[in-house]
Amino acid sequence: MLVTLRNPRREIEVAGPLRVLDLLARLDVPRESVLVIRNGTLVPGDALLADADAVEVRPVISGGMA
Amino acid sequence: MEVRRHNAGFCAPHFLKLCRDQVERAIAHHDMLHPGERVLVAVSGGKDSLALWDLLVDLGYQADGLYLGLGIGEYSDESGDHARAFAQGRGLRLIEVDLREQYGYDIPTGARAARRVPCSACGLSKRHLFDAAAVEGGYDAVATGHNLDDEAAVLFGNVLRWHTEYIGRQQPVLPERDGFPRKVKPLVRLSERETAAYCVLKGIDYQVEECPMAAGNRHLGYKEALNLIEERSPGTKAAFYSEFIDKVADRFAVDTAAEQGALGACASCGAPTTGEVCAFCKLVERAGGHGADQPVSLTAKPASRR
Repeated sequence: MLVTLRNPRREIEVAGPLRVLDLLARLDVPRESVLVIRNGTLVPGDALLADADAVEVRPVISGGMA
Repeated sequence: MEVRRHNAGFCAPHFLKLCRDQVERAIAHHDMLHPGERVLVAVSGGKDSLALWDLLVDLGYQADGLYLGLGIGEYSDESGDHARAFAQGRGLRLIEVDLREQYGYDIPTGARAARRVPCSACGLSKRHLFDAAAVEGGYDAVATGHNLDDEAAVLFGNVLRWHTEYIGRQQPVLPERDGFPRKVKPLVRLSERETAAYCVLKGIDYQVEECPMAAGNRHLGYKEALNLIEERSPGTKAAFYSEFIDKVADRFAVDTAAEQGALGACASCGAPTTGEVCAFCKLVERAGGHGADQPVSLTAKPASRR
């Protein structure tokens, strides 16, 4: 599957099928710090991602102190 | 949408209702706003400020947005586009103030000239201009998109260093006083993962890329540390912050009052300050800017667009 990451924006290929939580573990990303979006739709941690899916791992942590 | 601290998963309509309920509850519990009040929303184009604006309008408040053009290159160009698109799509009023056009400086150059870190110069500029615009425009309150993660991270940092004077003033609502408008944080019961999910589900196109000047700051480190704890023990962030507000914050009010000092009017712009000249006017002067002594222009022409 094609996985889009942000900050900076980049794309990587990950073999599927794979559950969302397994993908995050493989990327070493804490689940509290991201949303996983497949074809524009939020997907839960136990969802199975297919090899043909386009997936975005979107960070949700904002940094400014103001 | 999984919300582990509630040990529950929500379908889209119920998750959106949860967000609305949490904001309504925060507003009522902390007596932030009253029906029909005019609110000035601090809009950055990011997920929190756009979710906040959307929710306040949905709850029936007269909410206008104020966007500051910070001059942080492409990041500012894109964030302005998101703020404008949101306002235009909903027929809402977005006031724009461009630091470079109206005050002759931007955050990168201002921070360097004033020898402040960028987040400090940015926060100072925002606080001053949002306050001044709210007073100038006769708004009942300024609403900011600080969420549960923001508040928990600030509290965490202040506790680690025992900045008791800051701990005492970390409140979800600061009442109007001495020339400052009332300031409210209606998102304090929502995590930033929840505000991001709210935007995705509502189709709100927000600025996802992070401010390049914030990379690596201490605040981000505190958030990451808290998220590691939250991963193992869901609900810890919410308990840390809400129990602090309910049980602890008042105990530090004395430290805050001692630190605040008496307020007078800035000799340059008239804003409330503890010194002769306020920090904003000093920043503008050091940055070689101008116009700090003038009222905020609420009918300003839109900031330059791409």
